[in-house]
Amino acid sequence: MDRILFKHVDVPDINRLPVYVENGGYSGLRKALTEMQPEEVTQVVMDSGLAGRGGAAFPTGRKWSFIPKGVLPTYLAVNADESEPGAFKDRELMERNPHQLLEGVAISAYAVRAEKAFIYIRGEFLYIEEILNAAVAEAYAGGYLGTNLFGTATSIDIVIHRGAGAYICGEESAMLDSLEGYRGFPRLKPPFPAVKGAYGQPTVINNVETLANVSHIVNNGAEWFRSFGTEKSPGTKICSVSGPVNRPGNYEVNMGTPFRTLLEDMAGGLVEGKKLKAYIPGGASAPMLPGTEANMEIPLSYEGYAAAGSAFGSASFIIIPDDACIIRAQLRISEFFAHESCGKCIPCREGTPWLAKTVRRIENGEGRQEDLPLLLDICDNILGRAFCPLGDFATSNIVASIKYFYDEYEQHILQRGCPYHSAASAVA
Amino acid sequence: MAVLSEAAHRRIGEFVAKYPERRSALLPALHVAQNEVGWLTREAMEEVAVILDLDWDQVEEVASFYTMYYKQPVGTYVLEVCKTLPCSILGADEMIDYISQKLGIAPGETTADGMFTLFRVECLAACHRAPVMQVNHRYFQNLTQEKVDALIEAARQQQLRTGGVPGLTVRRSHPDLIETER
Ligand SMILES: Cc1cc2nc3c(=O)[nH]c(=O)nc-3n(C[C@H](O)[C@H](O)[C@H](O)COP(=O)(O)O)c2cc1C
Ligand code: FES
Repeated sequence: MDRILFKHVDVPDINRLPVYVENGGYSGLRKALTEMQPEEVTQVVMDSGLAGRGGAAFPTGRKWSFIPKGVLPTYLAVNADESEPGAFKDRELMERNPHQLLEGVAISAYAVRAEKAFIYIRGEFLYIEEILNAAVAEAYAGGYLGTNLFGTATSIDIVIHRGAGAYICGEESAMLDSLEGYRGFPRLKPPFPAVKGAYGQPTVINNVETLANVSHIVNNGAEWFRSFGTEKSPGTKICSVSGPVNRPGNYEVNMGTPFRTLLEDMAGGLVEGKKLKAYIPGGASAPMLPGTEANMEIPLSYEGYAAAGSAFGSASFIIIPDDACIIRAQLRISEFFAHESCGKCIPCREGTPWLAKTVRRIENGEGRQEDLPLLLDICDNILGRAFCPLGDFATSNIVASIKYFYDEYEQHILQRGCPYHSAASAVA
Repeated sequence: MAVLSEAAHRRIGEFVAKYPERRSALLPALHVAQNEVGWLTREAMEEVAVILDLDWDQVEEVASFYTMYYKQPVGTYVLEVCKTLPCSILGADEMIDYISQKLGIAPGETTADGMFTLFRVECLAACHRAPVMQVNHRYFQNLTQEKVDALIEAARQQQLRTGGVPGLTVRRSHPDLIETER
């Protein structure tokens, strides 16, 4: 098995500092701080081809290189908001191997000359806060965080910051507002956070999984990292698989592995008696794909899912079985975005509840023929017109479900009801 | 009159020291306040405002934005059951109905004895352990009707013994409470 991030996950007590160090932990930080200039760290990460694992796949080294020279202080903010429906990978990375993240954070902070890093975890991660705080305390005591690390002039502090329930705080600029003690509203860009981020200072924001890779890249080099994955998507990816499969959970795959391997070999296939109707590859914001043979062979990579008309995103695979109603599934997705719209811009604030209301009407047997063009029309008026991508996300599955499962919508409308569920069970 | 304990003030002070700006401690401070009082009363928010040099309405504006802050009284045990797509496919809707009937309350309501509040919430990042809920922000996963029965029973027992402390942390305070795998 080609594993980078989960390589040590089964080592007993790997969450404790001595065990982590025995297994080579913090050697990457030592190497970076004592043998490399910050620019060299950025360069090796750039050469490795590591791209952001939070969804957008922006090249990580390039992002770091946007930090202007000599404007101090700079900050690093780690995105551990993990609120995309279907995603639960960062949680396991933090729960099982917290020092791997802390080491990656410390090295990355050094690369952008930040002396303070914030790890923004979603509010519901109360137990993760405890795990991370314990690991941070160990790291300070062990001399891996704090001042004059390894006898150098470098100082690095890590602060764990817990949110309070809001998907939008995963959007990087809303996350900064939330960190500063405000409502989590996205900020106007430019200026980008690399120029003006937390507290008005240059700030790099990266996902947990992205940064968990960094110590391994510093230790083993860019070439080694590129020996995993594909030319365009080097490395591995943690894929979350949920729904009625035999072994739901997180699996680390070499990028480029076919989806079939993930679903059938790793997750054990669908539970007995169920067949694949559709699946969502990148969490609720990525368009669903029908469960065709061709879609079973898509290589797990950003380019693979882009070519198939969907998005790899956070690699959160939601399996929809043949006995599930697509309209009900879409209703739950639309309700999510309506609930999570932050209210800052009108197309998203007004559009997302309208989408949910219309889908609910169809599911409840009160749908009208005009509702399908209406749904697409509302999507048109959100897509590209919302202040941040949340609005766009809310449209992607409406469009995909109508495209691939038009008959099922029609059936609901013509038969004035849901063939799968009683109307009462759809209530908001 | 102060509604937050000295310990709460100390805790908030520790948070303030971690950030470049005082206001950054607002979210953590509201968690501390809610843990102590059970929900965010006007008095609690006013006290947080004073500590952080903010106006009350600045605190209220933030508190009202985030779903984990309770703006009304809640029961000793707050059951927040996930209703989002992966959980819904694996029986969350039926589980919510079951809990709702068992407690005799609709989602959003609190039992007459003040013991339980039930909410439907969005994805808790535990979709592989569906159906899932949090009780006082601790995970209870792979829910079955039996597990829910046992949890409610254990909570009732514990309530009798402790006299009902609002905002009690379920997992920590009582070993009998079934804590399902994380
Ligand atoms: C509505 C919305 C929600 C997001 N949620 C998350 C999230 O939970 N975690 C995450 O890492 N990135 C999330 N992102 C992406 C971040 O804005 C950002 O691109 C990412 O944290 C950058 O880190 P990366 O380059 O390492 O991926 C979200 C974006 C949007 C628009
Ligand atoms: S859908 Fe319930 S935890 Fe994700």
